[in-house]
Amino acid sequence: MFDDFFIRALVAGIGIAFVTGPLGCFVVWRRLSYFGDTLAHSALLGVTIAYTLEFNIAVSIFITSSIIALILVKLEKKTNLPGDALLGLLAHSSLAVGLVAIGFLTFIRFDIMGLLFGDILAVTTDDLLTIWIGGALILLVLRFIWKPLFASTVNYELAEAEGLNPDRAKAIFTILMAAIIAISIKMVGLLLITGMLIIPTAMARNLSDNPQKMVIFSIIGGLLSVFIGLFSSLEFNTPSGPSIVAAALVLFIFSLFKIKQTIQLKN
Amino acid sequence: MSIENNILVKLNEVGFQQNKKWLVKGVSLQVEKGKIVTLIGPNGSGKSTTAKIALGIYKNIEGQVEKFTNNIGYVPQKISIDWTLPLRVKDFMLLTDDLKDDALDEALTLTGVKHLKDKNLGNLSGGEFQRVLLARAISKKPELLVLDEPVQGVDFTGEIALYELIKKISEKLNCGILLISHDLHTVMTATDHVVCLNGHVCCSGSPKDVARNNEYKALFGEQASQTLSVYEHKHDHEHSNDGEIKKN
Repeated sequence: MFDDFFIRALVAGIGIAFVTGPLGCFVVWRRLSYFGDTLAHSALLGVTIAYTLEFNIAVSIFITSSIIALILVKLEKKTNLPGDALLGLLAHSSLAVGLVAIGFLTFIRFDIMGLLFGDILAVTTDDLLTIWIGGALILLVLRFIWKPLFASTVNYELAEAEGLNPDRAKAIFTILMAAIIAISIKMVGLLLITGMLIIPTAMARNLSDNPQKMVIFSIIGGLLSVFIGLFSSLEFNTPSGPSIVAAALVLFIFSLFKIKQTIQLKN
Repeated sequence: MSIENNILVKLNEVGFQQNKKWLVKGVSLQVEKGKIVTLIGPNGSGKSTTAKIALGIYKNIEGQVEKFTNNIGYVPQKISIDWTLPLRVKDFMLLTDDLKDDALDEALTLTGVKHLKDKNLGNLSGGEFQRVLLARAISKKPELLVLDEPVQGVDFTGEIALYELIKKISEKLNCGILLISHDLHTVMTATDHVVCLNGHVCCSGSPKDVARNNEYKALFGEQASQTLSVYEHKHDHEHSNDGEIKKN
């Protein structure tokens, strides 16, 4: 069944959408989209390290992104630069260093386009295992830290005062971000992973009046984007990542009409 | 039971500095089961800071905080909620604890906002939101309640009712309450112990003792002192825009 590359891509995409839905909600609620971008950009460095040391790509990306996240935390404490400047600094320098490193690795042929924008042909059966097992682990851990993470997203001081340990939840969430980037990079590509995290969630926000609904709509939005994106990718021979994200954009635009309706109803 | 066992939180000579400026220094106080301790003091005297130290929100502090309970309900003075997050009153009520629906209803009924349960938090008025905040804090039946200006923005009759409710809760749940308030009159009818802050503890004791204290008079004026000791609500002083009491 998994012999067909398209089925493999579809199964991979479904697995990714289940994870990006709930994680994406937190990315939007906690205003972390540029943080996600920074981690994703640093993934290129992770890929080159993996090739150089002949190491598992997903694990290498996971480690590199986690280290970049740690460096960010340190820099925030040690410098007077604003958060967005630090994010830009890390995102572009890690991307640049990654690209320079690729230049040195002349003995390996790289599909840069595939890395940046995703490639459905590249998804192997091993990747499916990484996505589904990794994804299940991410969701399990997220379920475990949900209460403190959500409470501190609404109000940090309330969560801290009432004994929920929000700092630990935040640290674990950062690791989960690195993990989702590591498992979805082949499929969506490093430039567009944040789009996969935010756009279905933005659509869900337009349709929801409570957090649970928003998570569910966000997953549904992600799944629909994967289906529509992959089928059109096959049909029109377009790269998979952009096709999925463009499909998510179309869904977002449709969701705007729903808002218009509710506003009219209220008036 | 010894007195020691009744203590819920104890602050020993605590201090906290931000940007090399001491917000409070050398504050000692304790909150016991069934007792209401009220912090009063002018703006910037470190009332909220002291509460946050007691709650463990500020970490790099001087002195010691001993906490003997983890079941805490908190009503912060300022709360900013980001509306990118869709949140109904009932979602907010379940924020830090998994509660049964009837516990939720009970708390919302007590503060008079049960009808708002399915409303979006962003659509509430200031006073309604304040009542929801209080309901959330009491719904989990805490051992320690920390209330930082809990009735701000609530209408006058509601204000009295909510203070009565707070008093009733402390009796019913036998919980300790650390209360911060600007309103000297209302506070004094319920309080067991008053701590008057001005960056440090300027005086403390029963409401009567504090009212007689000279430092208190110097801080709030003779008029406020009279109000305190007679427990009456008379508009005998004015507040300036920042809440400070104008001396007549």
